[in-house]
Amino acid sequence: MKHSTAFADPIVAKHLVDKIRETAVTPVKFMEVCGTHTVAIARNGLREVMPETITLLSGPGCPVCVTANPDIDTAIEIGRQPDVILTTFGDMIKVPGSRSSLQKEKAAGRDIRVVYSPLDALTTAEEHPDKHVVFLGVGFETTAPTIASAIQEAQRRGLENFSVHSVHKTVPEALRALVNDPEVQITGFILPGHVSAIIGLEPYRFLAEEYGVPSVIAGFEPVDVLQAVWMLSKQVAEGRAEVEIAYKRGVMPQGNPTAKMKIEQVFRPIDAEWRGIGVIPGTGLGIRQEYAQFDALERVPVTPEPPREIPGCQCGEVLRGITLPFECKLFGRGCTPEHPIGPCMVSSEGSCAAYYRYTDYGRGE
Amino acid sequence: MCLAIPARVKTINENNMAEVDIMGVSRHASLDLVPDAKEGDYVLVHAGFAIQVIDEEAAEENLRLLKELDILETEA
Amino acid sequence: MRADRILLAHGSGGTMMRELIEDVFMGRFTDPALLRMDDAASLEVSGGRIAMSTDTYVVQPVFFPGGDIGRLAVCGTVNDIATSGATPLYLTVGFVLEEGFAVEDLRRIVETMASSAEEAGVRIVTGDTKVVDRGHGDGVFVNTAGVGVLRDGVDLSGSNCEPGDKVLLSGTLGDHGIAVISVREGLAFSTDIVSDAAPLGKLTAAVLEAAPGVRCFRDPTRGGLSSTLNELATASGVSITVHETEVPVHDQVRGACEMLGYDVFQVANEGKMVAVVPAEEAEAALSAMRTAPYGEDAAIVGEVSQGPAGKVYVATGFGAKRIMDMLVGEQLPRIC
Repeated sequence: MKHSTAFADPIVAKHLVDKIRETAVTPVKFMEVCGTHTVAIARNGLREVMPETITLLSGPGCPVCVTANPDIDTAIEIGRQPDVILTTFGDMIKVPGSRSSLQKEKAAGRDIRVVYSPLDALTTAEEHPDKHVVFLGVGFETTAPTIASAIQEAQRRGLENFSVHSVHKTVPEALRALVNDPEVQITGFILPGHVSAIIGLEPYRFLAEEYGVPSVIAGFEPVDVLQAVWMLSKQVAEGRAEVEIAYKRGVMPQGNPTAKMKIEQVFRPIDAEWRGIGVIPGTGLGIRQEYAQFDALERVPVTPEPPREIPGCQCGEVLRGITLPFECKLFGRGCTPEHPIGPCMVSSEGSCAAYYRYTDYGRGE
Repeated sequence: MCLAIPARVKTINENNMAEVDIMGVSRHASLDLVPDAKEGDYVLVHAGFAIQVIDEEAAEENLRLLKELDILETEA
Repeated sequence: MRADRILLAHGSGGTMMRELIEDVFMGRFTDPALLRMDDAASLEVSGGRIAMSTDTYVVQPVFFPGGDIGRLAVCGTVNDIATSGATPLYLTVGFVLEEGFAVEDLRRIVETMASSAEEAGVRIVTGDTKVVDRGHGDGVFVNTAGVGVLRDGVDLSGSNCEPGDKVLLSGTLGDHGIAVISVREGLAFSTDIVSDAAPLGKLTAAVLEAAPGVRCFRDPTRGGLSSTLNELATASGVSITVHETEVPVHDQVRGACEMLGYDVFQVANEGKMVAVVPAEEAEAALSAMRTAPYGEDAAIVGEVSQGPAGKVYVATGFGAKRIMDMLVGEQLPRIC
């Protein structure tokens, strides 16, 4: 069946918008925690059809945006080592570190290649036995199991010239940091559909049970997002706080047990620094000892220069939903998609880039 | 963070690799994360891997519920 | 000639270069002006103004589904001339060959260029060849420059668009970009999509005939429809709105864009034309497009309005509007 068209049906969307308007009578702030949701909302102009009572905030759901400078600097330094081919998803190429970006390094002659899948990096390793291929592992729980599988496949093939620089992060504890943050005031969460396809419902229970915050796991078509907003509005109107699944075709309550198992086999939880938020304990994924030969930190140890932040960049506040992109002093003035200063403007799904690309909001003109 | 798109599993080959079809485009994808996927199933593909089998019935049920909204609408 | 790979000597102006020219180029480019081997071609031009254009082609890979660099080199420049409303007549061709490039591949490219020129009704009248050291060129770069003649009274320009005008598109979007990407290393996927590279001189002539009030033509190449419309909106100081559901896109192109995270409005085309025409001539222009070569899927996709100058909008399936922004840098496959 053609899922995309069915869940983009304008008539159904209109009815959902009407239901939302009926239901959302008190002012609420719903935060989506997934860059793909940021783009889906912006690209379909969903903010415009929301009632005045609903503010849709974008949170730190873009794994590219939340990758901290030290991690990017390390990746850059790895790419500078002789006989290293650095492979990466396209998303990371333009993200600025303290002093450079992978794109600039590529222009300076480093062997940096964009791949669509971590399996392509394995192929590159097989084709270049005289080089060491490092894969920059970025992404949340949707992506982590694919890298875990790739590492296990590398082991199965006996590859000696492949390793991963893992800067993967996990979502649930980051949500805890957001609800604990007094500056951030969220009424409800639109939860990431594909992360949830992997981890299921359980890891979010604490939102409802410990904090009384309603949440709905949402898909990415316009109807999916509107349905989730409607379900959230109903929870608020009815005084409920639960974790509900709107995206039933893609998310089982138990998630994907095989994928979860592989994450646990290959990775272990470590502390991770989230750009703009700081260190959130236990939200990083480090490579386990058993797979140490596939850990780039072991195979290609480097010492990058001390990290530094860019003055004036308010990505941190934007990522926490405290500042809207167009409220940042640099938005459209010095910070544009052509010349991005912070990652929120670089990443195709960073809040600032999404606002800049798809809406008219104060382009600094 | 998660561009994953529905794709139909056309053929399953060795080592858990499959040929999948996305609106007529064919590519290989790994079924390592969805060992129960069968030929003909729809799966969500992310970064060259199927990450979940799409529950067709749940999709139909969801659409049915949503279409009933306009019935509720006119009753209101 | 006996060599099967290009050598530096082939560019040095001596006997080996003469051999290359006579065997590979003149063997297939048989225009009388070219055969005279003068440094300049002298050509007849009837009264009127001349339209000129030039473009250099560096596509990788050089051979892709539906075409090669030669097809692009001829069609691209022919189309640039055609957008001015002129009849394309003559082309120059310049090759920069990398040492080591296979002569057989060069023959294939020459063949494509000759047959494309024949199809487009243009003459290749003069050329140039250089050879660079191995590692200093991507196999082959091709430059073409074109000359055409503009009839009196034809004065098309991107700055002519007016509120109320309709925007026409001659066919499906994204075919070329997706065809090229599908054979790029590391991204390989199989698809029936082939490059749409095609000469559109006859199509523009037909539209000009049927809708003489046409404001301008533009071919949406690099940067896709988005770059073209943003340029037009800025040049004319108007807004343009495109109706998403009216834009023809092959399912497979949609599928490939979804998979890679690409925006189809930013994907390159090499055989498509945008025409902006006064509203009352839109139907006539559309009929002319649809019966012209390569225009069978033509559609009216949007309109020009007063609005904020330089802004291009996409009206989505459910009446929401968003900005159609221009490509920044390259489109790269994403996971997010």
